[in-house]
Amino acid sequence: MKIPDLTELALRNLRESLLRNSLTTIGISVGVASLVAMLSLGTGLQQLFSRRLAKSGLFDTVLVSSRRELRGMGREEERKGPTPGESRILDEPARLEIERLPNVTEAYPDIRFVTELRYEDKPHLTMISALPQSAKSNDAFDGMQGTFFSSDNEAAVILQKSFAEELLGKTPPLGAAEPSVAELAKPLLGKELTMRYAQRQAAPATQTPLANEPAPSDGSVTSAAYSVVSREQKLRIVGISDLDPESMRGPTRAKVFLPLKLAESLHVMLPTDLREISRAASDQPVYSSISVRVKNPAQVEGVEDAIKKMGFTTFSILDASNSLRQVFRVLYAFLGIFGSLALTVASIGIVNTLVMAILERRREIGIMKAIGASDADVKKLFFAEAGAMGILGGIVGVVLGWAIGQIINLGINIYLKSQSVPPEHFWAVPLWLVVFSIIFAFLVSLVSGLYPASRAAKLDPVQALRYE
Amino acid sequence: MTTAPAVSAARDTVAIRSQNLCRHYRMGETLIRAVDGVSLEVRAGEFVALLGSSGSGKSSVLNLIAGLDRPTSGSVVVQERDLAQLSREELAKYRLHVVGMVFQSFNLIPSMTLQENVELPLRFAEVDRSRRQTLARDALERVGLRARMEHRPSELSGGEQQRAALARALINRPQLLLADEPTGNLDSHTGTEILDMVREFNRELGMTVVMVTHERALAERYAERMIFLADGKLIDDRPNAAAALDLRAEGGES
Repeated sequence: MKIPDLTELALRNLRESLLRNSLTTIGISVGVASLVAMLSLGTGLQQLFSRRLAKSGLFDTVLVSSRRELRGMGREEERKGPTPGESRILDEPARLEIERLPNVTEAYPDIRFVTELRYEDKPHLTMISALPQSAKSNDAFDGMQGTFFSSDNEAAVILQKSFAEELLGKTPPLGAAEPSVAELAKPLLGKELTMRYAQRQAAPATQTPLANEPAPSDGSVTSAAYSVVSREQKLRIVGISDLDPESMRGPTRAKVFLPLKLAESLHVMLPTDLREISRAASDQPVYSSISVRVKNPAQVEGVEDAIKKMGFTTFSILDASNSLRQVFRVLYAFLGIFGSLALTVASIGIVNTLVMAILERRREIGIMKAIGASDADVKKLFFAEAGAMGILGGIVGVVLGWAIGQIINLGINIYLKSQSVPPEHFWAVPLWLVVFSIIFAFLVSLVSGLYPASRAAKLDPVQALRYE
Repeated sequence: MTTAPAVSAARDTVAIRSQNLCRHYRMGETLIRAVDGVSLEVRAGEFVALLGSSGSGKSSVLNLIAGLDRPTSGSVVVQERDLAQLSREELAKYRLHVVGMVFQSFNLIPSMTLQENVELPLRFAEVDRSRRQTLARDALERVGLRARMEHRPSELSGGEQQRAALARALINRPQLLLADEPTGNLDSHTGTEILDMVREFNRELGMTVVMVTHERALAERYAERMIFLADGKLIDDRPNAAAALDLRAEGGES
C-alpha cells in the first residue's frame, strides 16, 4: 500500500474508536510534555547560567601573576620552571607584551589596596580596586543606582551595596530584610568621600608633588629608592552597585571601585612594593597581578598558554566552567530520564490499545487478507496507526510542555518581581527540542507498534473469518 | 466435455486442478481430516458447485483454492500456479489479482462506505486514486448500487450488501470467482437475484466460478457441474444436465 493510503486508512481507523485512541494519544502527549518540560527547564537553566557567567566577565578573563607571588601552592606547574627568585617581574613592559598577544582585547593591572575613606568625617577602612571602562558591561552593574564612570580618570567612585550600608550605618542585623539599593543611593549619590592613602614617590622627594601628578619617568632607573608620602584625594560617589562584581575573588574582593587611569595616576603604595623593596631595580610600579580580557571564552586556553610561556602564573575560570558543563550534562540526563518515564508508560498504552484493536478488528484483518492484503500491508497499517498516535501525541505534547513551562516561568517571575529581582527565562524550548520530541514520540510509538503489528500480520485469515 | 458440446475451445484449459489434496487439523488428541485426498479439475469458464452437508469439507476445499489456507499434503494448481509452493507474499498477490471471493456473511468492512469497500483491493494493488474511483463507480454501477455508494453496509439490505461484495470481488478483474454459501443469509428471491448476477459474470466475462452451497436446488439451477463431498472426501462429480440444457437453450437463442 502507498503511504497516503496507509495514512488515510490509519486515521480513519483511529477515528473509529475515537475515545480509546484519544486517551492513548493524550497519554503520549503527557509523556512528551513531561519530557519537554524537563529538558526545557535544563536548557533554560543552562542558558541562564551561561548568560550570567558570560556577562560577569569571568569566562573571558585570565588573571596573571608573577611566580614570585604565588608560591608554595602545591601546584605542579609552580614547582617546575624557573625558581621564584629568577622568574619575571610583572611590570609595565610585561603588561604591554601581554596586551600585544593575539586575541587579547586588554590587559590592565589589578590595583588593589586597603586604605581609609572618610565620609562625614568618619573613617572607614576598606579594600579598593580599580576598574577599566570595559567593566561597564559587567552585569554586576545592571541593577546599579547612578551611573558608571564617565571617563577613565574621573575623580569618582562606585560603592558596593554593603559598603553603602556601612557608610550610612544601616548594616542590617543578620536575617533582617536588606534595604534596597535605591533607598541607600538617595542620600549618597553625588556626595564626596575623602580617600587617604600612601603615595609612593621617587626619591629624592624634595618638592611636594601634587596629587594626580604623573610619576617621573626620566629613565633614571639606577635609583631604586623612593619615599612614601601621605596623601588625600576627594572622590564623588557616582554609583551604588547592587551585586558584587568581584564575588570570585573571595577575601580580597573590593567594596569600593575607582576608574583605572585615576588609580594609576595616584601611585598608591601597593602591598607588592613592600615585598619587592629589596629587589626593586627601578621606581616603576610592579603589579601584583594583571587582568587579561580575551576576545571570546574559546580563546582563553591559547592566551593562557602564551602567558605561561612568558614565565607567569595564570588563572582562569575555564576549569570551573568545564566542571559546570559536566554538572549540566548530568542534570540533563536526569531530567531526560524522568521525562522519558512518563513516555514509557504512555508507550505501554499504545501497545495495549493496538492489541485491543487487533482483537476487535480480527474479522476486518481477515477480510483484508482474503481480498488480497499482504502481511506487510497489515503490518504497515498498524505501524501507521501507532505512528499517527505518536506524531499527534508528540505535537500536542510539545505545545502542552511549552505551556506548562510558560506558566511556571510566569509564576516564578511574579515571585521574583515581588522580591524586586529582574525577571528571568528559566524555560527555553529550542527548535531542536521540538523536533527531537516529536521524532522521539514517533519512534517510541513505532517500537510500541512492533509487537501488535507483527501479531496482526500473522493472523490466520481462515480462523479470523470463521467466527461471527 | 461430451455432455456440453457448446463449450468453446478456451474452456478446454484447466483452471483448477487438485491432486490428492489433504488438509488435516489437530484438535487436542484427535486429528480432523477436513479435506482428505480430494482430486478434482475445473476448466476455465466453468460454473461448478461444491455440495455437501456442514462439516463435509467443502469450505475447506474452497479456502485451499483461494490460497487462504495451505494443504497438509497433495497439491492444488490454479492457473498454472502451484499454491503450495508460493510464499505468503506471493499468495497475497494471487488472492489480490487472480481470485475474487464472496462470503455468506458478505464481509464488508462496516466502517467504510460501499465505495471505499469496493476500492479497498485497488488500494492493496496500489492503483492511482483517480482511476480507483472510476473503477469502483463502474463496478457499483454494474451491480446496480451506484446510487448507494456513499452508504455504509449497515444501511443496506442483505441483498444489496452481497451485490456490493460481488462488486468488490470483481474490481481487480479476477479469473476466478469463489463463493462460499453466497445466498446463505438471503431469502430465496434475493438469493436468485445474486446468483443470476454471478451467472452473468460467468458467461459474459468468462470467469470461472466455484460455489460452495448446501442447497441442491440452487446448484441444479445454476451450476454446470456438481461435486459432492462428505467427510472430506469427494463422493460424486457429475455434470448438471438441466443447466447444460439451459445453457444450450440460451446459446441457441442468441
